[in-house]
Amino acid sequence: MLTELLGFPPQVLFGQLLLGLINGAFYAVLSLGLAVIFGLLNIVNFAHGALYMLGAFAALGITQYLGLGYWGALIVAPIAVGAFGIVIERLLLRRLAGVDHLYGLLLTFGLALVIEGTFVKFFGSSGLPYPTPKALEGGVNLGFMFLPWYRAWVVVASLLVCGATWFLFERTKIGAYLRAGTENPKLLQAFGVNVPLLTTLAYGYGVALAAFAGVLAAPITQVNPLMGSNLIIVVFAVVVIGGMGSIMGAVVTGLAMGVIEGLTKVFWPEASATVIFVVMAIVLVLRPAGLFGKTA
Amino acid sequence: MNAKIGYLIALVLLIVAPFVIYPVFLMKVLCFALFASAFNLILGYGGLLSFGHAAFFGGASYVTGHALKVWGLPTELGILTGAAAACVLGFLVGMIAIRRQGIYFAMITLAMAQMVFFLFITAPFTGGENGLQGIPRGTALGAIDLQDNLNMYYFVLAIFVLAYFLISRTVNSPFGQVLGAIRDNENRAKSLGYDTDKYKLLAFVLSATLAGLAGATKSVVFQLASLTDAHWHMSGEVVLMTLLGGLGTIPGPAVGAGIIVTLQNYLAKGPLGGWVPVVLGLIFIVCVLAFRRGVVGEIKAMIRKSF
Amino acid sequence: MKFVKTLSAGVSALALLASAASAEISDGKVKIGILTDMSASYSDVAGPGAVAAAEMAIEEFGGQVAGAPIELVTADHQNKADIAANTAREWGDTGQVDTFAELVTTSVAMAVFEVAKQQNKIALVSGAASSPLTNDACIPTGLHWTYNTRALAVGTGSAVVAEGGDSWFFLTADYAFGEALQKDVTAVVEKAGGKVLGSVKHPFPASDFSSFILQAQASGAKVIGLANAGADTINAIKAANEFGIVAGGQSIAGLLVFLSDIHALGLEVAQGLQMTVSFYWDMDDETRAWSKKFMEKTGKMPTGVQAGTYSAVRHYLKAIEATGSDDTDTVLAKMREMPVEDMFAHGGVLRTDGRMVHDMYLAKVKAPSESSGPWDYLKIVRTIPGEEAFGTLEESTCPTK
Repeated sequence: MLTELLGFPPQVLFGQLLLGLINGAFYAVLSLGLAVIFGLLNIVNFAHGALYMLGAFAALGITQYLGLGYWGALIVAPIAVGAFGIVIERLLLRRLAGVDHLYGLLLTFGLALVIEGTFVKFFGSSGLPYPTPKALEGGVNLGFMFLPWYRAWVVVASLLVCGATWFLFERTKIGAYLRAGTENPKLLQAFGVNVPLLTTLAYGYGVALAAFAGVLAAPITQVNPLMGSNLIIVVFAVVVIGGMGSIMGAVVTGLAMGVIEGLTKVFWPEASATVIFVVMAIVLVLRPAGLFGKTA
Repeated sequence: MNAKIGYLIALVLLIVAPFVIYPVFLMKVLCFALFASAFNLILGYGGLLSFGHAAFFGGASYVTGHALKVWGLPTELGILTGAAAACVLGFLVGMIAIRRQGIYFAMITLAMAQMVFFLFITAPFTGGENGLQGIPRGTALGAIDLQDNLNMYYFVLAIFVLAYFLISRTVNSPFGQVLGAIRDNENRAKSLGYDTDKYKLLAFVLSATLAGLAGATKSVVFQLASLTDAHWHMSGEVVLMTLLGGLGTIPGPAVGAGIIVTLQNYLAKGPLGGWVPVVLGLIFIVCVLAFRRGVVGEIKAMIRKSF
Repeated sequence: MKFVKTLSAGVSALALLASAASAEISDGKVKIGILTDMSASYSDVAGPGAVAAAEMAIEEFGGQVAGAPIELVTADHQNKADIAANTAREWGDTGQVDTFAELVTTSVAMAVFEVAKQQNKIALVSGAASSPLTNDACIPTGLHWTYNTRALAVGTGSAVVAEGGDSWFFLTADYAFGEALQKDVTAVVEKAGGKVLGSVKHPFPASDFSSFILQAQASGAKVIGLANAGADTINAIKAANEFGIVAGGQSIAGLLVFLSDIHALGLEVAQGLQMTVSFYWDMDDETRAWSKKFMEKTGKMPTGVQAGTYSAVRHYLKAIEATGSDDTDTVLAKMREMPVEDMFAHGGVLRTDGRMVHDMYLAKVKAPSESSGPWDYLKIVRTIPGEEAFGTLEESTCPTK
């Protein structure tokens, strides 16, 4: 390994580390959304990838038809898709209260098939372009690499949102309710808190996070109906590694996995799609509950 | 007694079916029926949702294809080699996965299967995207030409009936009963002195092996092994088949597989051509919301009510 | 009374027609089965557009050939070789289908070849790209119509080297197709005096290409060759644009790019890209007229795969018309004897290895300022003669050629 390390100038390594961090930012926001939903609903949201895609399409629609531009889309798209999530929760997921949580996973899996299939039917499979916002075009030469402004913005925006979520959950009253809802919903209900409403909002918020990641991704990748369908599996692995224990766990694991994947792309590019699953297997052998998870 | 008569009727129907319905289509149904029945062993009777069974199904089809095409093994031996490979893979995945339950178990099996999928894309022996093509069907017992669709059909039917018998025996054996006890209350089973992990692993390996048997047979019928069979969508499809037919009923998954394969076959050719994934998704949603007992489960409940 | 008379006259005329037809045309009809991807990755490249193109060919014949009606059946194979094989087998065994057409992606084409060989039916391949279809994997009745990886390699590879792009770095999709494409291009580049500095194999499919683009950038190669397809190519081009590859003096060569990909990327990002195409709608009056009709039908301009499907189906029907028979061997002999002459190919030759040899074109993507609007994307830089693009029959490794 050392000789291989020497084979790459440190500049290349720094560049790849930074790129890994950028991808990790996406993993962080997506796994954070999954963690929020899982925390209150105990549901693994298989539709997360489809909702991420929906966020990107919403950005496209908002820019083209409402003329709000990228910055408007960054705010409106998550709200719109989050509202859609609330509808899903009220109409569908709500009906699964009291049955095995696995049914939630299956329901959202079906939902993902429907959403993605419909979008392929209407928008084709090669996707649509979304321009980089004017203010963030170009980039800066860091010496070891050329960093596009937009990628830098992705990291900043993701960290801001993750930080805000952490603050909301750990430092506010709503957050206290939410955490209490995870621990003991019946008791919380008895205290007069509207737990069903809380659950609905949590789902909406998790979905909005997915949509936010989708808007961030739109200028980087193509806005493609299938953009989330493979990503979701990787994010699942990230979540298993992190352990769904805490907000921080999701964020830290997301970023770390991005970096590990980035390094793999230099040393053994073919394995870069597999490395996260390998890490997952190792972590599970050593710590079945995941890195940040409470005991199983 | 009633069940026995039902099975006898079903068997007779299956024997005359290829004279009425296109045999290759029937073989596809049988392969998926076996796959779903094997899957039901771990989901319906073990209570563990595996979202990675495509790895065993697809993995065995590659190994069988390779054994028949490159090593030139006889057909029966080739299929057994595929099932054996699925057994080994099932043991490896199971070792890691049974450490967790519920949703974690689902996600771990999914991720492990995805890892296997990437291996299949890059490994030279699978032919990558192109798949393994032109797998010879060969002969059964060294004499019966399997290139003939009707001969092939009865060969597949024999495999299916044997495996189905094995599954129903397993479910009704003491082993199956302990498994059911673990599903319903693992802690109680543990306190009764059962090594629950061992039981779960054994069930998982058996399920993987039989899923592999189904994949191996399919690769011989269609003379090809491709990435489709190993993709996580396939893992989702087999959940759908089992759920639609009836979780934890012995004939349920086979019925579900029959419905889904028929649907896919006719939808693809009709005006709804490109809508197959959407229709499958809708069935999924309806099943989960309103129809959790599945077709066979609902019929059973109806019979119970009316008598 | 009069009514009965007319009716009986009509019936006997029909019977006559049927008997005349049945003498030569099996089952009294010519049935074409289009197997394509209607719902997954290649539905834009082939898909509903390919079906529309085949319908246009049939309409040209007024829906009838040699006195028998032409029937078109279609199925969505969802990029799954087993579904394709199953459907083809059933169509051949019980559905009286005479030929399988389109067959996008190599795994599908190969699976259907297996069925076509067993049933002795003609397979008209348009969408699948791999050269082996008319080499090691060829079958006597398998016809490869539109293009192949060798033609793409020759077209783009030699043109880029000729322009001074003599050092290459490949981004290669890590599976059989990507490796084959890289191998083909490497041979072309080295023959033309260029050299390959390195390559990076990326997983398939890959979502983020920034890391691989950076490695390509660090290699200092003049040309970055994209040995991948579909969404991978699109995302790689986007990343290259974002990281200032072209601005930094390196250029991108896409090896398998379709018009639908350019439409998806937009000219801003795609401009200057060189690509080899089998067809472009804006080449002459004939292509423009046909494509306009296609556009009215589908709302999109045709890709080469779709135009090729039209050409293949049309040529097949022409051969039936000329021989009055739909017998596979008779039709095949006639198809080889007649030159392929339509808006897609001029003087196209169908070889015994199954290759349809026709001219290919090297195109360059226009800058936004050069384009007059949607779909005005390419300018044809050079015509690549058929033999140069596809090689000679002697070079083919097809055992039954």
